[in-house]
Amino acid sequence: MAVSFAIQRSTRLSRVTAIVALLLLAGLIAAPWWAGRANVRLLGEVYSFVALATLWNLMAGYAGLVSVGQQAYVGFGGYMLFALAMFLGIHPLAAIAIAGVAGAIIALPIAPLLFRLQGAYFAIGTWVLAEVFRLSFAQVSSLGGGSGTSLPAAIVVNIASDRGLREAAIYWTALTIAVASIAFVVLLLRSRMGLALTALRDSEVASESLGIDIWRTKLVVYTAVAGFTSMTGAFIFLQKLRISPDAAFSVNDWTAYVIFIAVIGGIGTIEGPIIGTILFFLLRETLADLGTTYLIVLGAVAILVMLRAPKGLWGYFVQRTGITLVPVRRRVVFPE
Amino acid sequence: MSILAAEGLSKRYGELQVIDTVSLSLARGDALGIIGPNGAGKTTLFNLIAGTVKTDAGSIRFDGTDVTGMSARARCHRGIARSFQIPHPFTGMTTYENVLVGAAFGRGASERASEARAVEVLEIAGLKRKANTLAGDLTLLERKRLEMARALASDPSLLLLDEIAGGLTEPECVDLVATINGVRASGVSIIWIEHVVHALLAVVDRIAVIDFGRKIAEGEPRSVMASPQVAEIYMGIDGEAAHV
Repeated sequence: MAVSFAIQRSTRLSRVTAIVALLLLAGLIAAPWWAGRANVRLLGEVYSFVALATLWNLMAGYAGLVSVGQQAYVGFGGYMLFALAMFLGIHPLAAIAIAGVAGAIIALPIAPLLFRLQGAYFAIGTWVLAEVFRLSFAQVSSLGGGSGTSLPAAIVVNIASDRGLREAAIYWTALTIAVASIAFVVLLLRSRMGLALTALRDSEVASESLGIDIWRTKLVVYTAVAGFTSMTGAFIFLQKLRISPDAAFSVNDWTAYVIFIAVIGGIGTIEGPIIGTILFFLLRETLADLGTTYLIVLGAVAILVMLRAPKGLWGYFVQRTGITLVPVRRRVVFPE
Repeated sequence: MSILAAEGLSKRYGELQVIDTVSLSLARGDALGIIGPNGAGKTTLFNLIAGTVKTDAGSIRFDGTDVTGMSARARCHRGIARSFQIPHPFTGMTTYENVLVGAAFGRGASERASEARAVEVLEIAGLKRKANTLAGDLTLLERKRLEMARALASDPSLLLLDEIAGGLTEPECVDLVATINGVRASGVSIIWIEHVVHALLAVVDRIAVIDFGRKIAEGEPRSVMASPQVAEIYMGIDGEAAHV
């Protein structure tokens, strides 16, 4: 019985969104010409958090891997950048890409160890891993040991001799990483593997009995996220120009804030981490001068969102309106 | 040749012997019904056959291969598919996507090559009109149909159905029986756990009775149902239901 049908992957709204996103992207690419230096730098930081939150969300919101140790890869990426640039003389921008590959490679043997742990134990395990990384890098005296090191000026100049161009190049690198992270997550979720990921998010036992290789699916997600996170980490410390074990493997900066962003934005949505990052930076830029009050406000926002909109701000919006800007769904259309 | 030959399966949870040396065999294309009181171990038996839970003892041969040590996933790829008694829909996906998962991963096929199978199964299971509804928004009855559809989409040679007729109205039940008989006619062997005995009798060739983890009777449906043993243990002492 052949039934005629067609599969629809996009909606009119999603096509409009894609066009708006492209226009926005064009505007952001041009930012070094229209935004001030401080703002360009700030945007770079925003992009790094968009990437980190998007990647964390893929693991926690889809693969059920709630990690509180992503700082392991942020720090690893940062240190890789310094090591590659200082010891091997590799161009810093190339070093960022290599740091990403290295992060994915080192995640491969780590993943099977962590996957032996379930739920909360997995979370603790990731944190322990990050501490192991921190203590290990603190032992490397050529990278400054426990007190860290700065990127030599000669290397920085090597990016581009002109200061404006250099800052623009670093900015574009951050934009590329953020866009690549989002594109990777969207394409993955729309693929066959995305089908498996969404399935195992909803029921692991049913996924397994329907033939999904849960272990392999999680492995792909974990290693890919590790790679992108390392790349983001390398960028972060290229912008900071200084690295130390405590800054590189900070659970506060690279995981707590990132979880805050994903949770208030909306876990398990593409849009959530972006919305969350924007809100986070709005709060930070307006309240950071208030010191501890700023942290109290962050905490209050988190509690309020969790009570009033447990699916995050974007999740709440979707629930109310049914609108998704980036659909990963498939619609079957039967001709009348 | 038998498609399934389970020998001496046992499962113990702590002090509780849930399944106690149960053997089952099923000829290719046959349909076997399993009845027994609640808590008798019927669903655990399915878990052992499907590989969701590992057996403590005994062996399971499926289609000529020993699958005792295989994961649920490997058994699915070999052709064992199951529905869950308590539906486990992928709530964040549409009905179509749920079935697509079975069609794509159960058969190890690409998404493109699975679309037609998924749509066909939606049609068979009577879920076509709900294709784009989120599975989380389906009614209980639709969820039960989805359980069957998803399993069916993987093109199984053995389909394990766990209480999918419970709570259905009479016309719905007739529909379901017709659907299952259609599936069977296409060559799929079936094992069906069901309390709705008259639905079971309209499909199966044999019935096995499980009580306290043991198989206490097996045979031609009407004679099994008429046996005083079943009447006593399963239907209550007066043997009323033996006259179905």
